[in-house]
Amino acid sequence: MRLEPASEAEAAALVRDLARQRTPTRIEGGGTRQAVGRPIRTAATLSSRKLTGITLYAPAEMVIAARSGTPLAELEATLAAQGQMLPFEPPDHRVLLGSAGEPTVGGVVAGNLSGPRRLAAGACRDALLGLRFVDGRGQLLRTGGRVMKNVTGLDLGKLLCGSWGTLAFLTEATFKVLPRPEAELTLLFEGLPDDRAVALLCAAMGTPFGPSGAAHLPAGVGAPRARTVLRLEGFSESIRYRADRLAGALAEYGRPTRIEGEESRALWRVIREVEPLAEPRERAVWRLSLPPKRGAEAVAAIRAERACSVLYDWSGGLVWLATDEDEDAGCAPIRAIARRLGGHALLLRGSRELRARIAPFHPVADRVRALEAGIAEAFDPFGLFNPGLRAAGI
Amino acid sequence: MTGIAFPAPDPSILARKSEIVAALRGLVAAPDAVIDDPVELAAYETDAFTAYRRLPLAVVLPGSTEEVSRVLAYLAREGVAVVPRGAGTSLSGGAIPLEDAVVVGVARMNRVLAIDLANRTARVEAGITNLAITNAVAEHGFFYAPDPSSQLACTLAGNIAMNSGGAHCLKYGVTTNNLLGVTLVLTDGSVIELGGEALDAPGYDLVGLVCGSEGQLGIVTEAVVRILPQAEGARPVLLAFPSSEAAGACVADIIGAGIVPVAIEFMDNPAIRICEAFAKAGYPTDAAAMLIVEVEGSDAEIDAELARIVAIARRHGVTAVKESRSATETAQIWKGRKSAFGATGRIADYICMDGTIPTGRLPEVLRRMAEIVAGYGLRVANVFHAGDGNLHPLILYDVNDPEQAAKAEAAGADILKLCVEVGGCLTGEHGVGIEKRDLMRHQFTETELALQAAVRRVFDPAEILNPGKVFPLDLAKAA
Repeated sequence: MRLEPASEAEAAALVRDLARQRTPTRIEGGGTRQAVGRPIRTAATLSSRKLTGITLYAPAEMVIAARSGTPLAELEATLAAQGQMLPFEPPDHRVLLGSAGEPTVGGVVAGNLSGPRRLAAGACRDALLGLRFVDGRGQLLRTGGRVMKNVTGLDLGKLLCGSWGTLAFLTEATFKVLPRPEAELTLLFEGLPDDRAVALLCAAMGTPFGPSGAAHLPAGVGAPRARTVLRLEGFSESIRYRADRLAGALAEYGRPTRIEGEESRALWRVIREVEPLAEPRERAVWRLSLPPKRGAEAVAAIRAERACSVLYDWSGGLVWLATDEDEDAGCAPIRAIARRLGGHALLLRGSRELRARIAPFHPVADRVRALEAGIAEAFDPFGLFNPGLRAAGI
Repeated sequence: MTGIAFPAPDPSILARKSEIVAALRGLVAAPDAVIDDPVELAAYETDAFTAYRRLPLAVVLPGSTEEVSRVLAYLAREGVAVVPRGAGTSLSGGAIPLEDAVVVGVARMNRVLAIDLANRTARVEAGITNLAITNAVAEHGFFYAPDPSSQLACTLAGNIAMNSGGAHCLKYGVTTNNLLGVTLVLTDGSVIELGGEALDAPGYDLVGLVCGSEGQLGIVTEAVVRILPQAEGARPVLLAFPSSEAAGACVADIIGAGIVPVAIEFMDNPAIRICEAFAKAGYPTDAAAMLIVEVEGSDAEIDAELARIVAIARRHGVTAVKESRSATETAQIWKGRKSAFGATGRIADYICMDGTIPTGRLPEVLRRMAEIVAGYGLRVANVFHAGDGNLHPLILYDVNDPEQAAKAEAAGADILKLCVEVGGCLTGEHGVGIEKRDLMRHQFTETELALQAAVRRVFDPAEILNPGKVFPLDLAKAA
C-alpha cells in the first residue's frame, strides 16, 4: 500500500488509519537512501512526494521553510537566486549509493546529513529552526519555530533530526541560512601521508583564518598523489589574505598550490559526495565519526586488520572507509577501534544480507538504548514508522 | 509578586527534614557539603528572578559525579523533589527552590579536566563558570563562544540547562551549537555518557535534547565543549539613529547584504542613558536608538566590513558613527552593554523579558511594546540582540508596590504573547522556568506539551527533577 498525502491534514488522517490497523510503515522522501539501515518489513509506504513547496522565504531574516517532499535542489536554487545557501552543505548520496530519485528536504533532516562545511558552520541539526510532523497517533505537531533563538520547551527537533524516520513523519522544516560567499579558494598540499595530513588539517583549524573545509584524499583516491585540501570562503580580498597567512602558518607541510572558482567547487563536490569510493560497487562503505585528530590513527589500526580505501573530511573527524564485505565488512574491529578512540561507525552502504546480519547503526550503551526506546514509544507508541531500521525494537 | 503558583509542599517530606539531611551527610564526603541551617539556606532561596523565593529543605553540594549519583538515587528513592542549581543566575526562576525540595548544586565541581587544541575541545566539570572556560584556553589563543551577560558568575551547567546564548551567538551559535558531550546523572543514579570529542554521536541526539531541558532530565556533571581560535582582531562600531525604526531597518539591510557580523546589539534611548550613566562608555545619550555592531578579522578585513556596514547605516540616516580605536574603548563599549541589567537595577526594579521575533517585524513590535507598557503606566528600556531578533525589554517598576508589580507582570505577559503572535517565541535564551510556565499554552497546543512531558518522563518517570517548572501545573498526563 502506497500513501502519498498532498497535505498535512491528509497525512495525519492516513497515519490515524495506520495506527488503528497497527500497520508497519516505511517512511519515504525522495527514496535515495532506502538502502541505509537494517532491512525492514512493512505493509505500507508513506511518502512525502506530494508535500512540496517553499512555504516561507525571508532573505533579510536569513530563514527559509519548505514542505518535507520539496526537492533539495529546488530549495538550494531558490536560495542561490538570492545569494544565500544552507550553511551545512547537504550531501547527495546518489553516486555513492547507486540510487535513483531526488533528495528531499525531509530526507536531509531525517539523516542529519551535513557536508564539509559542517566543521565550520555546524550540522543540519544546528541550522534547523523548526519542524512540523505527524506523530504515531496521527497528531499534527510542531517543534521550534522560525526565529533564530528559541529555548521554549524541550528541543524535540534535535531528536527528529537524525532519527531516520523512526519517530515521526516530517511534513515541513524551517532552516537558518547564510549568505553565499562571494568567492572560494582551495589550498592544495600534495604527497602527505595520512598522519601528517590530519596533523596539518587540525593545525589549520586552530588558526584564526577560518577554513570552511578541511579534507584529505590519500594517494590513489581520485588521483595518483595524495591531496590535502583547505577551503577558504568569503569576500575575494579577504580569502586571498587568509590564504597567504594560512600557507605561511603551515609552511612545514610544504608549499600549497591554489585552486579557485569552478575547479575548487568541483573538488569539494567530489569530497562531499564521497565519489572516489563509489566504485567498486560491491564494497561496503563505513562512515566513521571520530575526534578529528584520531582520524589517521583509526585508519592505521583498521588497515592492520584489513584492506580499505579511505577519504578524510572534517579535519579527520569524518572518515569514509570502503572495504570488502567478507568477515562482516570488518564490523567488529572497525567498531572496536572507533569506540576505543572516542568515535563510532555507521555502515552507510552494504548489501541487504550484510545489513540484516550486523547492526548498520552503531549500537549505544544499554541504559541509553532504554531511553531511546522510551522516546520512540512517546512519539510512535504503536511502532509504525520504519520499525527496526535503526535497531531492533526502535 | 505573587501571581505565579507553586506546587503545595508535601508535609510528610517537610516532617522528615532531619532524617533526609542526615542521610545526605552520609552520601557526600566534604563536611560542609550539606546545608540545612535556615540562615545559610537563605542564600539559595531564589535566583536572579528575585520576585519569588522559597527556602528549600536543604542544599547539597556534591564534589563528584559519583556523589551526585548517590544523592540523586537516594532522593528519588525517597520521593524527594530535586532542584538542580548552577550559580543561581537564572532570570526565569529556573533554579528557584521548592520548600519540600533539596537543592543539588554543582558549583563545587568546577575543574578543567582536559584541553585538546587539535580537536578544538575542552572537557570540564559542569560547575565551572562560563568565563573560566575561556580563561583556561585563552593563553592558547582559543575561547568558548557562548557569552551570556552573566558569564562571570553563571555556570556551564546552568548554560546547558537553559541553552544559553549571548551577544556573540549571531556568528557562533548558542550553547547547543557548542556542546559536544555530557556526563548525565539520571534519577535512578545511573551515569550515562552522551556524545564526546567527535562531532556527532550515534543514536538519537540526546545531547541536543538535554541542552535546554531546564534540569528536568538529569543532572549534567561534566561536559565536552567546542573551543574556537580567537579572531585576529575584533572591533565594534556604535551607530546612533534618530528612531528605533531606522535602527531596525538598518539591521535588516546589513543581514540582507550578506554580512554576518559577530554581534548586532540594539539599545533604545532609556537603555542608552541607563548604561552610559553606569559605564561611561561614550554612548550617544541623545540618540533614539543605537546599534553596537562588531566584526572580526585582520585590520584590513575589519576596515572593509565596517565600511560596508557604515555605508548601509548612512542610507538609514545614522546620526553618529563611532568606531572603537583601542582595546580599552572596545572593553568600555561592551561593558556598557553587558552591564545593562545591573545598571538598570540601580535605578529601578525591573523584569527582563526574553521573547524572540522575526527581525522583519522589529519596528512594529517595538512600537506595540511601548504601547503595551505605557498602557500599564510603566516605563520600558530595550536592549537586545537585534541580529537574531531576541528582545530584552526591561519593564521598570517598584518592587515594594504590589500594584505596580502586578502590572509589570501583566505587561510582560502581553509582550510575550505579542512575540508569539508575530511568529516568534516566549524565550530566546533565558528559559521558561516558572516565569513563562503559564504562558506555554500560547505557544504550544495541549498535544505538543503532552509529547514534551512524555519525553521528560522517559528520563524522570516520577517528575522529581525541577518540578513545577516549564510545564503548566495542570497539564494532563497523556496516556
